[in-house]
Amino acid sequence: MKAPRFAYIRPDSLDEVLALLAEHGDEARILAGGQSLMPTLNMRLSRPRVLVDINRIDALKGIGLENGTVRIGALARHAEVMGSDIVAGNLPLVADAMPHVAHVAIRNRGTFGGSIALADPAAELPAVVLALDAELVLASARGRRTVAARSFFNGLYETERGDDEILVETRIPALGPGYRSSFMELARRHGDFALAGVCCHARVDGGVLSDVRLAYFGSDDRPRLAAGASAAAEGKAWSGDVKEAVKDALGGDLDPIGNFHASAATRLHLARVLTGRALDRMVASG
Amino acid sequence: MADPAGAVGRPLPRSAARRLAFGRGKYADDLRFPGLLHLAFVRSPHAHARILAIDPAPARAAVPEALVFTGAEIAAVCAPWQGTMEHLPSMVSPPQHALAVERVVWQGEPVAAVVARTRAEAEDAAGEVAVDWEALPAAAVRERTLDADAALVHPGLGSNLCFATTIEAGEAAAALANAAHVVEGSFSFARHTGVPLEMRTVIADYDPGEGRLTVHGSHQSPWHQQDTLSRMLGIPEQLVRVVSPDIGGGFGIKLHIYGEEIAVSAVSRLLGRPVKYVADRMESFVTDVHARDQGVTARLGVDADGRIGGLSVDALTSLGAYGSYGRPPISEGMMTIMMAAGAYANANYQARLRVAFQNKPPSGMYRAVGQPIACAVAEQLLDWAAHAAGIDPVELRRRNYWADEDYPVKTPGGLAIRRLSPRQCLDRLADMMGYDDLRAEQERLRGQGVYRGIGVATFLEMTSVGPAYYGPSGARISTQDGATVRLEPSGAVRCVTSVIELGQGTHAALAQIVADRLGVAAADVGVVGGDTASAPYGGGAWASRGLTIGGEAAWRAADGLRANILELAGSILQADPAALDLARGAVCDRATGEARIALAEIARIGHFRHDMLPPGVQPELAVTRHYVPDAAPFALANGVQGSSLEVDVETGEIRLLDHFVVEDCGRIVNPLLVEEQIRGGVVQGIGGALFEECRYDADGQMLNASFVDYLVPMAAGLPDIHVGHVETPIEETALGTKGAGEAGTVGAPAAILLAVNDALRPLGARVTALPIGPEAVLEAVAGARP
Ligand SMILES: Cc1cc2nc3c(=O)[nH]c(=O)nc-3n(C[C@H](O)[C@H](O)[C@H](O)COP(=O)(O)OP(=O)(O)OC[C@H]3O[C@@H](n4cnc5c(N)ncnc54)[C@H](O)[C@@H]3O)c2cc1C
Repeated sequence: MKAPRFAYIRPDSLDEVLALLAEHGDEARILAGGQSLMPTLNMRLSRPRVLVDINRIDALKGIGLENGTVRIGALARHAEVMGSDIVAGNLPLVADAMPHVAHVAIRNRGTFGGSIALADPAAELPAVVLALDAELVLASARGRRTVAARSFFNGLYETERGDDEILVETRIPALGPGYRSSFMELARRHGDFALAGVCCHARVDGGVLSDVRLAYFGSDDRPRLAAGASAAAEGKAWSGDVKEAVKDALGGDLDPIGNFHASAATRLHLARVLTGRALDRMVASG
Repeated sequence: MADPAGAVGRPLPRSAARRLAFGRGKYADDLRFPGLLHLAFVRSPHAHARILAIDPAPARAAVPEALVFTGAEIAAVCAPWQGTMEHLPSMVSPPQHALAVERVVWQGEPVAAVVARTRAEAEDAAGEVAVDWEALPAAAVRERTLDADAALVHPGLGSNLCFATTIEAGEAAAALANAAHVVEGSFSFARHTGVPLEMRTVIADYDPGEGRLTVHGSHQSPWHQQDTLSRMLGIPEQLVRVVSPDIGGGFGIKLHIYGEEIAVSAVSRLLGRPVKYVADRMESFVTDVHARDQGVTARLGVDADGRIGGLSVDALTSLGAYGSYGRPPISEGMMTIMMAAGAYANANYQARLRVAFQNKPPSGMYRAVGQPIACAVAEQLLDWAAHAAGIDPVELRRRNYWADEDYPVKTPGGLAIRRLSPRQCLDRLADMMGYDDLRAEQERLRGQGVYRGIGVATFLEMTSVGPAYYGPSGARISTQDGATVRLEPSGAVRCVTSVIELGQGTHAALAQIVADRLGVAAADVGVVGGDTASAPYGGGAWASRGLTIGGEAAWRAADGLRANILELAGSILQADPAALDLARGAVCDRATGEARIALAEIARIGHFRHDMLPPGVQPELAVTRHYVPDAAPFALANGVQGSSLEVDVETGEIRLLDHFVVEDCGRIVNPLLVEEQIRGGVVQGIGGALFEECRYDADGQMLNASFVDYLVPMAAGLPDIHVGHVETPIEETALGTKGAGEAGTVGAPAAILLAVNDALRPLGARVTALPIGPEAVLEAVAGARP
């Protein structure tokens, strides 16, 4: 299990990275934490000609808070995000999700940006950024652009990112006053990819929910915002009936992909159970 | 024999564990060989196919230095082997080549070997070898392998049936017909494998100058490997040496003869260069032996008091395409039908076993062989019977064990049992668990919609299997082990053993045994082994035999050395050797205990000052002994396991709360080692109960050949495992040990299965297929809803 031959380049500046991506296009692969990329190379599932190691690019590092928006650099390691006071204080949903992302050794190398760019449908962070209505900043030799998380994920490991683009950072609005969030996941073992997972974000006022956003992972071919289920809760005082209505509506939002860990029907069932529990907890948490 | 002041019985930490923790382990892959070449295999993508042609040209084009050896080229220098058993003429098993020659019979079977300067280049070249396949239909679904229209794994055999047998004892049919309560179930035990952390490794180094083959590898039985290499390659045995350095776990997986290991040796011989092959994890999943894979339908009848009236068991084991060479592939099924309910008084038993080939990797011995199946089936039936009869499951077991006066017992399944201690174990376990309190809490929580379950399962563990089984089969596998114990000039002691150390710590326990016999500290005894050229001949490491057989050999060798030392001391001290003793590093007066001369002084004189000895005295300061476990066909350990868990009936999640084991492995040489074995074994049992499964589609493609999808238990999800001991030494040996290596794995799946079904009982749901994933729980719950 050894990777096929590839060229390895470790530039010192973002401009060099962009130039390399412009030159090599889909023959190049960005190497961030390597926790997903290296196994695919070793299993010879992917055979890029050039690896562009971005680990020396300082511009991609760090976590900051500016005008109510948290900026998470693409190279911020999972462990760094998990230990960040800015994240804990402003993005409780991210903080709640982090312990479910893989295991300590992997979190020490794996990056926030790598996880978003990879767009694994069973991964936590893509769904988290959907629920939080984040913005993703992409750069290429052609310039910079910002894409809303809700327009970024196109399918199984497919995103809006062009071959010559790099994800520079993720911008996430801090949890607003009166807003709450809740995260729940089911996996065969802690740290595994999810069988079902839900991220809830809403304003809760005297038990009444508004601005509801429910996002799911471990279900469809991509992280999914559940418009119908969110609407079923919108403006409602949380109750057993509303819970059932939300769970019902979920059937119209999700199109789960089954595999031998869980069938499509089981995944939908689990997503429903988690939704009820996560919203119960969110409402009760105030 | 236990000396209260001695090392045997004490929880001495083992120094080898510290060495491994310091990162100073030396596994085969760590060894360095000048001029080494690397080998990678071309493997079949089909479960069953004809090989029409193999073209190495593209591989040579991609990597000009690479060399390609096809199955036919290897077959020209390497004889095939056949896994038949002389004492079972009805069992069929076709010849197997190191690499497939005309047909492949499982996905992953090697068809060509590619050698290059690095592993990466070997893989580059292997990827380019062009093989022309004609795909054939495959037999890959257990229930259909014996159908009339099933694809045949080996068309020459005319059927996929490898072996069939029955057991009839007493009047099982009548007893079941007349029982007050009859319970039954159809169970399924998934195919799984052992996944040792270190993957199978071999470095073969053929020296054309001397015609000598030296193989370093991760083998649990280098003796078996030496014998096979010598005969298959036609190299005289004195010129074949197999060395097992540190081994990163085996669990039976590394016990077998694999085509890859033999092919690497053949290639080294053809090239006269050292050649190395390390299986990667994906290769391991499709080439390491697989185990379990059995369906069982069973019925149990009890009277109104819950006493067993009769039992019937019908088992179908699915092998892979071959059984393993020299290791009866039918053992999984035989152990199931022989051992089911063996601890319970019963005269009426009926069993049928059928063993069938499939187009999957060869089958072999994996920790606990068949016994977890026997245990889970019988114990689940007993639990259901207890509920049918309205008797607490623990009480029902107490009523049914063989009575102490019944021993020795010959069970209707055919087990000869000298003595067991299940009652003592059960009482200890119920106490440790707080059984009554757990039941009360379970009841209380059910009222709140929380589903807790308790499972208590009695297990038997067959260990130290002796010549009565292996001898008549004609297998060239030795069931004895040997030890040389030597006094070094400083008074230190060295023991060279045939027992293979693969992380289980047997060598540390051997030091304790030898130390006691020679009156020194365990730290004064160095133990080595693993080299067939220098260690006494033996079996290796399997069937929980290390201490019972290898320990007894070491005891005997130390005893012989002790006699020699006392004789030498007698001539030095001009005393009667019978009046002398060895203790605290000195020769002392047997009557008074007073030290007469330091052991170090005896050693110095015995090695360097022969001039001081009376004429004719020949010090013999090294003694070799072997021990053949001839008094019984096997040793039988026993115990009871308990599981406490909670099932989330909405998500199907199973949360293990606590696990309890009370075991009786006879004399305990080192409780730390026993508890390590029990805990590790329980964890593998948890794997079998909840996670592990080699998943195949109907065409014989493995779907989860990586650790992403083949799930094993992880530390964070494990409960505390509480271990208690009952010690009933066996009488046939001086040491009195039985094995302890498989007990945890035998009983844990049963305890967990019972506990899950106990939790689901109020819902009327039951699960009978292992491993139990959340989906199975949800289906059971949904299926039970009115
Ligand atoms: C055993 C194991 C368990 C895991 N469990 C989980 C889990 O439970 N949940 C989970 O979410 N993840 C899990 N992961 C994945 C882990 O979180 C990865 O680290 C992460 O998905 C990818 O981050 P990385 O920095 O390692 O990316 P890499 O492996 O370096 O790259 C991944 C992909 O993203 C691309 N890429 C990386 N950075 C950028 C960028 N800035 N711009 C554009 N493209 C980029 C790469 O080219 C590559 O295609 C697991 C991994 C392992 C090995």
